[in-house]
Parts: sequence; structure tokens; C-alpha cells
Amino acid sequence: MAEVLVYVDHVDGAVRKPTLELLTLARRLGEPVAVALGNGAADTAAALAEHGAVKVLTNDAAEFADYLVVPKVDALQAAYEAVQPAAVLVPSSAEGKEIAARLAVRIKSGIITDAVDLEAGAEGPVATQSAFAASYTTKSRITQGTPVITVKPNSAAVEAAPAAGAVEALAVSFSDAATGTKVTARTPRESTGRPELTEAAIVVSGGRGVNGAENFAIIEALADSLGAAVGASRAAVDAGWYPHSNQVGQTGKSVSPQLYIASGISGAIQHRAGMQTSKTIVAINKDAEAPIFDLVDYGVVGDLFEVVPQLTEEVNTRKG
Amino acid sequence: MSLRIVVCVKYVPDATGDRHFTDDLTVDRDDVDGLLSELDEYAVEQALQIADEADDAEITVLTVGPEDAKDALRKALSMGADKAVHVEDDDLHGTDVMGTSLVLAKAIEKTGYDLVIAGMASTDGTMGVLPAILAERLGVPQVTLLSEVSVEDGTVKGRRDGDTASEQLEASLPAVVSVTDQSGEARYPSFKGIMAAKKKPVESLDLDDLDIEAEEVGLEGAWTKVDEAAERPARTAGTIVKDEGEGGKQLAAFLAERKFV
Ligand SMILES: Cc1cc2nc3c(=O)[nH]c(=O)nc-3n(C[C@H](O)[C@H](O)[C@H](O)COP(=O)(O)OP(=O)(O)OC[C@H]3O[C@@H](n4cnc5c(N)ncnc54)[C@H](O)[C@@H]3O)c2cc1C
Ligand SMILES: Cc1cc2nc3c(=O)[nH]c(=O)nc-3n(C[C@H](O)[C@H](O)[C@H](O)COP(=O)(O)OP(=O)(O)OC[C@H]3O[C@@H](n4cnc5c(N)ncnc54)[C@H](O)[C@@H]3O)c2cc1C
Repeated sequence: MAEVLVYVDHVDGAVRKPTLELLTLARRLGEPVAVALGNGAADTAAALAEHGAVKVLTNDAAEFADYLVVPKVDALQAAYEAVQPAAVLVPSSAEGKEIAARLAVRIKSGIITDAVDLEAGAEGPVATQSAFAASYTTKSRITQGTPVITVKPNSAAVEAAPAAGAVEALAVSFSDAATGTKVTARTPRESTGRPELTEAAIVVSGGRGVNGAENFAIIEALADSLGAAVGASRAAVDAGWYPHSNQVGQTGKSVSPQLYIASGISGAIQHRAGMQTSKTIVAINKDAEAPIFDLVDYGVVGDLFEVVPQLTEEVNTRKG
Repeated sequence: MSLRIVVCVKYVPDATGDRHFTDDLTVDRDDVDGLLSELDEYAVEQALQIADEADDAEITVLTVGPEDAKDALRKALSMGADKAVHVEDDDLHGTDVMGTSLVLAKAIEKTGYDLVIAGMASTDGTMGVLPAILAERLGVPQVTLLSEVSVEDGTVKGRRDGDTASEQLEASLPAVVSVTDQSGEARYPSFKGIMAAKKKPVESLDLDDLDIEAEEVGLEGAWTKVDEAAERPARTAGTIVKDEGEGGKQLAAFLAERKFV
């Protein structure tokens, strides 16, 4: 059976959920061979094996953390040459897309980014993408070289599928370009204890209607009652009420949770671009004409300062 | 020596318009007004600020696109860029990211550069990979997705806010940079700027000028193929209630019914 290379996104050995989803998709195309790089690379093996990786190629050279992107491209290329896979799949993070794109140039392959689904086809993998702020769905293929495809979070379910997951050291010789861009300092993002925005099953977002940084406490309280991540519109981020890392939309994160709750958000096209593929959408807005109501499964026309606290209280009561 | 900055700008259909695909599954450019991709205004802005700081600098704005893409160049020139290069050729219709990056790389080399600045992503294709590909093709450092950027003594520095960490980056020129919408508000063209832009040079290049064969680009030369494009069905109309004092409770009941609580 053909092998499919899967690039592993992990933090010090803890595999991030989109990579496990990628293994589900990879198994539709062949046998997944995972590539894990950097500090803690070998620690990823157990989780990857449990979800279908037949092999885990690892390398924990310091270069991966000390220089931007290119060392990882060198390593992925080394894995590509060693494995000769039928396809290369990479999680659609900002960095993942850059790694995939540079690899594609080197191996003379086409690239598809931000797939939301993947199936085996007669002429190679068929990728589903959503275009124009999710108003279109397209199906595309790569017609030249080995398909290189990046896949968005929440595009498939995580499935247990135990496999060998044998760890093998990946030999990498770094190119001259590898040390071109130095990382001179790194400040890890502080953990909030809440789920990761792009991975969360429920996202609770606030916009300009929240009217102040301190008022985001009521959005956070609702999020915590539901075990949700907190999102924000660009208007709320630009006003300095909430960090940019929580922005949902075209220039923020793109989310596709089971449930998205928008409070005090009008529903501009650039915001919709980041949340329109959510399964269930709920909005609270005092303006009955707000475009966000065109998307909702359930909407409440009202003042969020009344509705949101009442909702939080009721959720907490129902949970007992 | 003068710092030569090339800013890559894309001409895109207005995102607030009703965007469609045509029968050959490329972007419909007739029904929706085109404009300079808003995210590329940030690239022009940072170029202007870097040029201000440098003793001597020249900013060239570059686009690959149809005839109307001149509008995007004019806008960038009216913001303050010095000159423009427009790569236009009928054979470019339907080019994918590999072809586009090949054309841009050749045009950048022909123009001459110390620093290339791009936007974080276009507002139509939204791939966010072109700057990384340019760095690969040009064989120079990639310093991308910066929320803060500065150039001093032949070194570019910047801050990249990633998923899990914020990083400070540094590379020697020549280099390819891309900037995010967090890098600072883009200026509006002044009346004086708009008038001055009319006299600034716009050089037109075609594939021959760049030694690129027609087979390497366009729909036929693409390494990807779109087989289908379907409009997403409108979401079925949901329930909308007016809060009469029980809105939060009604919403909780809906969430419970859908098993979220
Ligand atoms: C290139 C580009 C990229 C962009 N990227 C993004 C992006 O990534 N993400 C993003 O979100 N935006 C983005 N935008 C901005 C976008 O166009 C909108 O300006 C933004 O989404 C508006 O945020 P908002 O809905 O919070 O604010 P507004 O549009 O001002 O809406 C506020 C809403 O709150 C309601 N409201 C006010 N008070 C209350 C109350 N007490 N109770 C209930 N409702 C209330 C109002 O009725 C209104 O509908 C981008 C724009 C551009 C040009
Ligand atoms: C909905 C949609 C989906 C697409 N998906 C794919 C795909 O999966 N694979 C594929 O190969 N192609 C794809 N394309 C084609 C691709 O968008 C174009 O080839 C495009 O020129 C490059 O990609 P981008 O606009 O997404 O660039 P991005 O990587 O998002 O652009 C980043 C920056 O590069 C610069 N830039 C981009 N294009 C130009 C230009 N023409 N002239 C000057 N500067 C420019 C700008 O500074 C821009 O801010 C898609 C197009 C559309 C409309």
C-alpha cells in the first residue's frame, strides 16, 4: 500500500489535535508515515501510533527552533525522498502552509491549501476547499508531481486506529538557506486554561457590542459554563479589548466548531469568512437587521448585557 | 546606495461584492468591482515607512494581473510608491500559485531588489503562501507574517505572532518580507498623492520580456485543477426570537435540545 507523509504539529511532544485529524484523512489515501521535528519529537510517537501512523520519522536538531521555517522544509524534503510517498499532508497553520509551499516548489508539485475534506480519487486525492468566505465549495486536484495538501482544523474526526508507529531517526542535512532567518527571541503564548480556539467544539465570541475590555468577563463566563473557547471580532481586537490571538475571521483564526455563539457582532463578510462553516450558529444582537441573523440556527434580538448573563446562569443551573 | 524595495500587490474582486466563479472555474472579474487587495495596503504602508527611515530608497509596486490591475498600481502609487511594474499577458489567465510565483520572481529579479514586501494573504485566493514561495525561488531569507518590521544597516528585523509563540526574527538583506494587518494602519492617498501618481511611470511586461513560456503558466500550465465549484446552499432559516425578558432562558433551552448543555 502507498505511504502518505503526514507533517506533525506538536508542542514539545504534545501532538496538536489537527494532526490527529490529518491521520484520519491520510488513512483514506494510504499508510500514514508521520514526520515529527524539534524538541520532544520522539514523544509524539505513542499518540501518532494510536491514530494510525505506521512509522514516525523524528529529528530533534536545535535548528528547528533557532531558524524560521527552512530547516523544517529541509527535513520534510529528506523524509519525502526517503519515503517516496503518494501524497504529503500538512496541517493548515500559518507555518504549516509555508513549509508545504516551499516543499512543493522544491519537488516540483502543485499545492492545495486549506482543504476542508479529502478523498481518494481515480486521479489522485480530491480536496474540498471553501472559497469566497465560504460562499462556494470547490473540489480540486493536483495534476503535477506528488500532491502537497494542507488541511484545516476540524476537517475530520479523530479516530483511534492502532498501528506500529515505529520510531526511526530521520537524517537531515541542512541547506545553506536553513540559517537565513534567525529566531532571536521567543515568547510562548500564555495559556488561558480554555480550549484552543481552532480546536474547540464550542466558540463564544464577542464584538463591538461588548463595549469594553472589562465587559468581556461576561463572554468568558458564558464560555466557561459551556467549556468553550473565547473569540472576538476585529472591532473588539482593534479596540484593545481582547488579544489578537483570539480574533476570528479572515485575518484572524478560522474556526469550524460544533457551536458558534456571536454576541454583539454584526456579521461582516470578513468575520463570516472565519466562522461560516460552523455547524450550529447562534447570535445575540440588539439589531434585528444585523446580517449575522442570516446565518443563525437560533437568534435572540436583544441586549447582550441582559441575555448573556441569563443564558450563563441557566446553563449552569441545567448542568446542576 | 539606494535601498530598492519591491512591493507585491494583487488586484482582487471586492470582498463585499457578490463574488462568483466563471464557467472555466476561474474568478469572475466582470460582475464585481476590482480593487487593490486591502491586505496589500499594509505592505505598501510598511514600504513607505521603511523608505522614510532609509537615507535613500526607491519603491516599485509590482502586480501580475489583467488590464484593470493598473487600478491597484495607481492606488499604491498615490499612497506614495515611486514607480510600478505591471505583468500582463493573455496567457496568464487561470494561473495557479506556482505559475504566479514564477512570474513574480522573474519580474522582481528583472527590476532589481534589496527588499521584497508582500501582504499576509490575498483577499480572494487567501492562500498566504506566496511570500514563502518567492523566498524559495529567489534564494533569499523569508521573514514573513510580521506585525512589526524595521530595516537597519542591511538587516531586517520583525515580530511574528505565531499560534503558540511570538517570535523576534532577524535576517540580512536581500530578503522577502510579508506583513499582517497588525503592522499599522495604511495611509489614505492625499489629493496631492493622487495627482502625482498620474505622472509616475508604469512599466508593462509580458511573458516574453521575462523569458517565460506560455506553457509554464495559465490554466493549461497550472499544477492544480479545479473540477467543481458549487455555491454553498444558503443556511436554512433559523428561529429568531425577540428578548422579552426570557431570551437567555429560551436560548438555553435551544442549546439543551441540541445537546450542547
Ligand atoms: C481586509 C480586512 C480584513 C478583516 N478581517 C477581519 C477579521 O479577521 N475578523 C473580523 O471580525 N473582522 C474583520 N474585518 C473587519 C470587518 O469588516 C468588520 O468591521 C468587523 O467584523 C466588525 O466587528 P463587529 O461585528 O464586532 O462590529 P460592528 O460591525 O460595529 O457590530 C457591532 C454589533 O453589535 C451590536 N450591538 C451593539 N451593542 C449591543 C448590545 N448591547 N447588545 C447586543 N448587540 C449589540 C450592534 O447591533 C452591531 O450589530 C476585516 C476587514 C478588512 C477590510
Ligand atoms: C478561491 C481560490 C482558491 C485558490 N486555491 C489555490 C490552490 O489551492 N492552489 C493554487 O496553486 N492556486 C490556488 N488559487 C490561485 C491563486 O490564488 C493565485 O494563483 C494567486 O495569484 C496566488 O495565490 P494567493 O492569491 O492565494 O496568494 P497569497 O499567498 O494569499 O498572497 C500573499 C501575497 O502575495 C502577493 N501576491 C499574490 N498574488 C499576486 C499577484 N498576482 N501579483 C502581485 N502580488 C501578488 C501579495 O502581496 C499578497 O498579499 C486559488 C484562487 C482562488 C480565487
